[in-house]
Amino acid sequence: MASVFDPASPDAVALARFAWLLCGGAALVFFVVMALLAMAVASRRGGRPLRWRRWLAVAVLVPGSALAALFGYATWGHAPYYTVDGGAQSAAMPADALVIRVTARMWWWEVRYPGPDGGIALANELHVPAGRRVWLALDSADVIHTFWVPALAGKVDMVPGKVHHLPLLASQPGVWRGQCAEYCGLQHARMALHVVAQPPGAFDDWLARQAMPAAADGVRHAVARALFAARCAACHAVRGEGALALDVRGQSGEAGPSVESGALGRPGEYGHLGQSLQPLQSRGAGGAGAAAAGPAGPDLTHVAGRLALGAGTLRNEPGAMAAWLAAPHRHKEGIRMPDPQLAASDLAALAAWLETLR
Amino acid sequence: VTDGLPSRAPRPPDELAQLERAWRTPHGWRFISSVNNTNIGRLYVGTALLFFVLAGVLALLMRLQLAVPGNTVLAPATYNQVFTMHGTVMMFLFAIPVVEAFAVYLLPNMLGARDLPFPRLSAYAYWAYAFGGSAFFCTLFAGLAPDGGWFMYPPLTGKAYSPGLGADFWLLGIGFIEISAIAGAIELIVGILFTRAPGMTLSRMPVYAWAMLVVGFMIVLAFPAVIAGTALLELERAWDWPFFISERGGDPLMWQHLFWFFGHPEVYIIFLPAAGMVSTMLPALAGTRLPGRRAVVVSLVATGIVSFALWAHHMFAAGLGQPMAVLVSAASMVVALPASVQVCAWLATLWRGTPRWDAPLLFIAGFLCLFTLGGLTGVMVAALPFDWQAHDTYFIVAHLHYVLIGGMVFPVFAAMYYWFPLLHGQRLPEWSARWIFALMFGGFNLAFFPMHIAGLLGMPRRIYTYAGDLGWNGYNLASTIGAFVFAAGVLWFFADVTRALCRPRREKGNPWQAATLEWLPAEDYGNRSIAQVHGEEPLWEQPSLPDEVVAGRHWLPGTATGRRETIVATWRGARPWYLLILPGDSWWPPLAALGTAGFFLLLTVQQAWAAWLCGLVAVAAVLAWLWQLDRPPPTRAAVVADSVALPVGGAPAAWPWHHPGKLRAAGCRAWHAWWAMVILLVVDGAVFASFVYAYLHVGMLLAVCPPPGAGLPDGAARVLSCALLAAGSAAVEVAGRRRCVSGASASNGATAPGRTKRAPLALWLAVWLGVALLCALAGVAAGIAGIEWAPVRSAWHAGAAVLAAYVGLHALVLVAMACCLWARAGAGLLTPASRASLDCCALFWHATSAQGISLMLLL
Repeated sequence: MASVFDPASPDAVALARFAWLLCGGAALVFFVVMALLAMAVASRRGGRPLRWRRWLAVAVLVPGSALAALFGYATWGHAPYYTVDGGAQSAAMPADALVIRVTARMWWWEVRYPGPDGGIALANELHVPAGRRVWLALDSADVIHTFWVPALAGKVDMVPGKVHHLPLLASQPGVWRGQCAEYCGLQHARMALHVVAQPPGAFDDWLARQAMPAAADGVRHAVARALFAARCAACHAVRGEGALALDVRGQSGEAGPSVESGALGRPGEYGHLGQSLQPLQSRGAGGAGAAAAGPAGPDLTHVAGRLALGAGTLRNEPGAMAAWLAAPHRHKEGIRMPDPQLAASDLAALAAWLETLR
Repeated sequence: VTDGLPSRAPRPPDELAQLERAWRTPHGWRFISSVNNTNIGRLYVGTALLFFVLAGVLALLMRLQLAVPGNTVLAPATYNQVFTMHGTVMMFLFAIPVVEAFAVYLLPNMLGARDLPFPRLSAYAYWAYAFGGSAFFCTLFAGLAPDGGWFMYPPLTGKAYSPGLGADFWLLGIGFIEISAIAGAIELIVGILFTRAPGMTLSRMPVYAWAMLVVGFMIVLAFPAVIAGTALLELERAWDWPFFISERGGDPLMWQHLFWFFGHPEVYIIFLPAAGMVSTMLPALAGTRLPGRRAVVVSLVATGIVSFALWAHHMFAAGLGQPMAVLVSAASMVVALPASVQVCAWLATLWRGTPRWDAPLLFIAGFLCLFTLGGLTGVMVAALPFDWQAHDTYFIVAHLHYVLIGGMVFPVFAAMYYWFPLLHGQRLPEWSARWIFALMFGGFNLAFFPMHIAGLLGMPRRIYTYAGDLGWNGYNLASTIGAFVFAAGVLWFFADVTRALCRPRREKGNPWQAATLEWLPAEDYGNRSIAQVHGEEPLWEQPSLPDEVVAGRHWLPGTATGRRETIVATWRGARPWYLLILPGDSWWPPLAALGTAGFFLLLTVQQAWAAWLCGLVAVAAVLAWLWQLDRPPPTRAAVVADSVALPVGGAPAAWPWHHPGKLRAAGCRAWHAWWAMVILLVVDGAVFASFVYAYLHVGMLLAVCPPPGAGLPDGAARVLSCALLAAGSAAVEVAGRRRCVSGASASNGATAPGRTKRAPLALWLAVWLGVALLCALAGVAAGIAGIEWAPVRSAWHAGAAVLAAYVGLHALVLVAMACCLWARAGAGLLTPASRASLDCCALFWHATSAQGISLMLLL
């Protein structure tokens, strides 16, 4: 599910075809050179005559023409949709494109869909409609990361102060794993992202659900919610909860399926130095450590519906949330989240509540 | 007896004893003061191999951690330090030093010289590397090692995300290697161009010397970029000058440009010497000349040139513009052609010759196999659509190890088998060499081939662990097993080396029937007499050469002045030009190196006082060492062969087209020192150019440049500054033409004018120097006083400040230089025959003026 040779998008199919071609060509050349080496050293008595000029001509012309052909094919003959820029080609972005902002942070992914008030924030999971091209606006809040989902597209660096665009088209529904590819510090190894492609209708429903605040569950989880407000809300948001709660309920109708496409992440909107990024990141709850403005921790409004916890660290199975809360640093040492050091009963209550946030 | 040889027989009886006395290696702990290239070269190679083993142990630790998913052998923080140190130590403390070390050891012998032209400089380069490198490695044991990767990308390595000392150790620790590598490069370039045996024209020079010449120039041009980059990043970390902080106008990508502008030529700096070694060893092992010698040399030069156009292929995913990416991709493919020509020449050598399957050839065959594969994967990643997937994955790890281990370590092992008899005549055992090769070759492929597949299955680099359900487990386990098999081979090799070194010394002979001069009988002093060469393969073409050389029948069979000497020959035609008196053993270079190491390391741990004390010790030691050099020679001319007398210490400072009558006009110039200074100033200019690049780069990011309200010198100040700087340079030129140093009126050389007569002449020299210094200082002050000093405000301000500071630093150096020259003039050491210090200082003077003036034009 994370292989270059298992492509699930037209771009990745083209890249995989290209990779197969190169592997085959390289293998062929390698065996030819090895055969020449074997012939050259084959045992015999005395030396053999040599026409060096002919050798030299072959040594230049054969690889030269092969390389020229390869270069031509790589540059012009083969055109993955997102161009050799590695970043955006803004002219190619249609006006009504769905632009999803993906902000890399140490060491998780903040994913934001267009919506009112800065958009709908999610973490570590990117849902896309199958068969429809979306545009990712990739940036970083701290150090350089790289967005890479091998089954869907090549790499694009996420550089602080810049926005790189990547068009993404998953051909059919499925789940693919991606992982940060640029070394980004202590937990570079545990910075995974799942891309979930759904049929367009299911995707629209899913997005509408994500836009809604957490289901208000009355008194059943009062202890947990109080704990959350006291211990977690400084960094994590659960929409509809506590001080950070936003009353999105009234607006969810508009923010649902018919999201204002293109409201976010139009290339022209971003200055080179990223000043205009600020509005998008203004909902910060105070950065922990040196993190730039923005949420210090993932939005947990629908955390129970995600595939994994801690950016791919734990599979989100029953009990995973309690295990994570008991000792986050045992699973992912050095993360910004302090060890909550909860009493066993509090921990169970909090985990039980969070597991209801679907 | 006259039979066409340069010197007649029999030789005077005490000649050899004198030669031995001049070159005797000090024993016991005094060995540390030795500067002879043979001794320094051995230490250098040994130390580099020690770092190879240490960094290899780090690699084994990483492989242990990655053997199975979710392993906990190393904590994440430790793993990150270990992989950073593995890369850094392998690149900076093994690969670059080992190629320079081999050159220091082999080249003088191969070229027929008695030593390199600046033996104390090579001693300093070695000791700075040994002290600094060891201290740098030891940070690992204190948990203070850098953990930002060997490429150190900011902002991760900026103060905000790496608040500890690790990044500082990296940035300052690399300072040694930069100094040491550049010192070595200057030494090698001048040595190769000017100290070849008479008759060894450029076209007859061994291919290995060609390779090192190209590499020397590449170091000179590539290292300044990383010097500038590390300086900028350290300034950002220490004083908050925001070069790489995007919120304040900096750009993290600027580091990548600076780093890879060094980092990619670096790969060829490592590979070309290995290629040169192969081209030099193969003809001996196959018993035939290298076909297409000229094509091979052209390939080396072409690789060196093209390698400067490749740096951005490390940044294909970083959002470069399309034209640049395509251009770099094309250059990355073009660089395969010279490699193809060389591989073809090696195959042709084997084809034409009768290869003998001794250990060196075994390793060369392994090299051909692995390097071919590494080169092919290199072409693959040069293609943009493939690189977007392969970049930063284990595919790249596999590729780079195929190129570096296959392309450099295997040839170096071949070279160790091949040249080991030079040490004390013993060969390494053949039967175990086969096992060692099998272990290394098999282990290498088992370790690194699966990484290609793991990378394409999505495994990124630099991860300390991985989940078990991703399909990478088998490949990683295979890699770990392979790494240990490879390590077993290396271990066995070093056991063999130790055993061989314990055997008694014997005559080395010419075990491979090689054609190159290093197989002539040699002692501490090199060859008894310096061979007259008539062709590309001297030992094949002149079978009696070893006997003639030992009998003292060639050039300089003894010592003409009773001191260490070598012959300087013209750079192209290798005609004997002048006799170079070499400095002897000294404690100053190791002391200066210790001071340098102390300065950088103590500065890192914020012991400012102790650091500056060490810095002073280093400067004082360098000054003391220099004070002993550039003395008036005992004679003006020395007999180096029958009826050939050469000037001593330098040649007339006139260009060939000058009128012969004017030859004496400027006195005697030490051309080796003069050219070395020119090369050093190229380095200096390239550092300045890198700072200019940084200034322009951050300037172009601004909406309005210069930023409104930025303080810059006004027109009058610029003109005044330029005029003063030009006047300073002119005054130095005038000082250089004073009679006491130009010899224009000195009828009989340096010894003729009495002390009373010289004093007033020297006084005028001192006055002109004073004028020059005043002009230069005033010029620099007038220029940079107008620049607003607010480096913390924005990257642009910091860029302007760093340029001003760099020119200011030059002004400080000028003060020191003027003081030295005054002291030398006062002591009567500046004479027509010993004016190298004056000439070199004048060159630096002009460089400072040029930088100041270009700064005024640029800002």
